[in-house]
Amino acid sequence: MQLRKAKFEYLLRMGDNALILGQRLAEWLGHGPQLEEDIASANVSLDLLGQARLWLTHAGKVEGRGRDEDALAFRRDQHELRNCTMVELPNGMRSERDYAFTIVRRMLFDAYQRVLLAQLARSADAEIAAIAVKSGKENDYHWRHSSDWTIRFGDGTEESHRRAQAALDELWRYSAELFVCDPIDRAAAEARLAPAAESLREAWRAEVEPVIAQATLTRPADAKFLSSGKRGAHSEHLGTMLAEMQFLQRAYPNARW
Amino acid sequence: MVSARAPGTERVWRVLERIPDPEILAITITELGIVRDVRLDDGVPEVSITPTYCGCPALDLIEEDVVAALKAAGFDEVRVSRVLSPAWTTDWIGPEAKERLREFGIAPPGRSTPGIDAQRLHLHARSVPCPRCGSARTERISEFGSTACKAHYRCLACLEPFDYFKPL
Repeated sequence: MQLRKAKFEYLLRMGDNALILGQRLAEWLGHGPQLEEDIASANVSLDLLGQARLWLTHAGKVEGRGRDEDALAFRRDQHELRNCTMVELPNGMRSERDYAFTIVRRMLFDAYQRVLLAQLARSADAEIAAIAVKSGKENDYHWRHSSDWTIRFGDGTEESHRRAQAALDELWRYSAELFVCDPIDRAAAEARLAPAAESLREAWRAEVEPVIAQATLTRPADAKFLSSGKRGAHSEHLGTMLAEMQFLQRAYPNARW
Repeated sequence: MVSARAPGTERVWRVLERIPDPEILAITITELGIVRDVRLDDGVPEVSITPTYCGCPALDLIEEDVVAALKAAGFDEVRVSRVLSPAWTTDWIGPEAKERLREFGIAPPGRSTPGIDAQRLHLHARSVPCPRCGSARTERISEFGSTACKAHYRCLACLEPFDYFKPL
């Protein structure tokens, strides 16, 4: 695979993960279970949006076709997005919003970012390394928040435990995608831009398993199911989200604040 | 901290040193450590700034403030660029500025330990003295507060809520 193409695709994955999870968290605005958590979700969302801007801006430069962060965020169709499926799932699978589901998803994803960004900080590409260091510092706070709350829910009331376990059971199978090494991951790894995807699995498990145990939750068995968002084959949930997220730029191209 | 100031740039720095942070008016953008470098290119100031947090919405405003202040000081043309590396840290905030934060009612940041993971503080916040009464009996309400850079605390002695500038 041509290196520039692989690098562009890899950067889209980084940017789209942050963009789509940031958008999901923004949906909590005004609906948080308590004011502090409403603000926490908004803060994490804002950090992720800022990180997405940096990744997508860099992606646009690497691509070299004049697309900036807005063109990439707002004028690509569903099949062109490269986020992993886990981050596009709604904020609850059995109800419109489930804070346990939102928190457990973030715990799994924040742990992934934690091990990935630490490796990307040593990327051969200086801009990738700079964004990774910057994002990693913010992610430390995200991780502390989401792992704290996973423990609080899991080791909390009967109801909070039940919902945290249901969320983990639902979400666990979507984690497999994060560690699948496809031609893009391989090309990025060979060029020392990024770590090999499968090499992160053990470090990730070493982060999430103690939290799951402390939360008195049961780690689900690994499934054969493999989601494919990072290749552009998404769940039915992404399209409806994009319809709202991209509406303004589609209706009024190049509109500015 | 900030690298050595290039000769001839003192006048630019003096202007920048008077620009308050738009969200925390008690300290200036130079005290916050977000002005990373100033150069003069044929008399045109080139100012490098770095974001505190990636999504900090104040950065655009700060850029506008820098341009406006330097134009008001007689520079017809101003260039502002953004740098990411080295990543901003609260350790760049000096002791006087930290004291001013405290007087303003914001508990100043403790030392930023590389990787706050080193101290797994699940459900337990580090001890942050109350900026108003000085009591060490405080508790964290939330890791996230009114701006990206602050956490929300409460003093158990004087009962006042307060912001804590998070170490980063």
